[in-house]
Amino acid sequence: MNLNATFIAQMVVFFILAWFTMKFVWPPLMKALDDRAKKIAAGLAAADKGNASLKDAEVRIRQLEADARAKAQEILAVADKRHAAVVEEAKSAAKAESDRLIAAAKAEIDSEIQRAKDALRDQVAQLAVAGAEKILRREVNAQAHADLLGQLRQDLR
Amino acid sequence: MAATTQAPNASEYIVHHLKHLSNKSQASIIDLSVVNFDTLFWSVLMGVLGCFFMWRAAQSVTTGVPGRFQALVEMLVEFVHDQAKGIVNSAESRKFVAPLAMTVFIWVALMNSLDFLPVDLPAKLLALTGLDHAIHYHRIVPTADLNGTIGMSLGVLVLMFYYSVKIKHLGGFVHELFCAPFGAHPLLWPFNLLLNLIEFAAKSVSLGMRLFGNMYAGELIFMLIALLGATATWWGFGMHVIAGTAWAIFHILIVLLQAFIFMMLTMVYIGQAHEGH
Repeated sequence: MNLNATFIAQMVVFFILAWFTMKFVWPPLMKALDDRAKKIAAGLAAADKGNASLKDAEVRIRQLEADARAKAQEILAVADKRHAAVVEEAKSAAKAESDRLIAAAKAEIDSEIQRAKDALRDQVAQLAVAGAEKILRREVNAQAHADLLGQLRQDLR
Repeated sequence: MAATTQAPNASEYIVHHLKHLSNKSQASIIDLSVVNFDTLFWSVLMGVLGCFFMWRAAQSVTTGVPGRFQALVEMLVEFVHDQAKGIVNSAESRKFVAPLAMTVFIWVALMNSLDFLPVDLPAKLLALTGLDHAIHYHRIVPTADLNGTIGMSLGVLVLMFYYSVKIKHLGGFVHELFCAPFGAHPLLWPFNLLLNLIEFAAKSVSLGMRLFGNMYAGELIFMLIALLGATATWWGFGMHVIAGTAWAIFHILIVLLQAFIFMMLTMVYIGQAHEGH
């Protein structure tokens, strides 16, 4: 409990230790703390920015989605219309074709009938002339009655 | 102690444990030719140890995720920094005062912690190594030596003068010594000066004495508890264990509390030197 020179030495040690801490310990630690605070602040700002841009992106996505949906609707409508038109066109084309085919067939049939009729008439006329010839063999002069036979043939036609 | 042929009685034991390892026996209360080697050795060792660990932390510090040790040191630094901000109102002074306060805290806490070592351990170790022929006395708690604590508190006193003169300049400081707190009337000068001197003396003496008293008393109680065990009875042994444990646990509080108080008062006194009356 007595004072002696020890306290003077202790005082010197006190200042040396404090100087050491001030010189080599305090600055790097304070710098690290400040730097970390800055880093955290930057990180928080970046997170805020990220959040904001995420919201922006969401809005944009919603806009794009709506646009795309509208466009798709439009395309569908156009396609429907086009579909109907194509079907209509095909229908009318088919109808015209069938009409044409039917008309052609009818004409064919008519001409066939005509041809058959002509052939029949010819044959009937020949038969009739042949029959008449047989009946009238002697009296009929082919030359004298050629006009008459021709007239008959004409009438039968 | 190991050199004595028969076991010492209680009074001899205590007296022996309270003797410092010094170059010569001290006769008067103040004798500047005497040096306590044990106090110096252990305080320097603790100071170097504390500074070394802080230096290690400062060297490996990262701004990324801190490890546990770094987090601990950072917590301490931030705490001291915040306290210093509130107490010392000069950023320039804080560059020295804040590290000083942290050093003081760690140093005093480490020195106080030496009290947790068993009181007879140093003597036994000396006996084992054969050094007890050269070293008869050894006290390892530097803060239980008045020289250790007064040395630090006088360091604080020097800083109080230094900052008073630095902030208020020599004229302002002298003016304050004579003209505060009672007034600038020439008749009041002696009283002002006297009161200021008493204030400075009281501050540094109480600062050193408080720490010394606490640690000295703690050490003494550890010795008394050790004496219980020295009775070599079951009762004494049991009480030694129970009381020793209880006191050691309580002493953790005192060790850290006194280190904290010393640190805070260091800052408060230096902070007061920055302010005019």
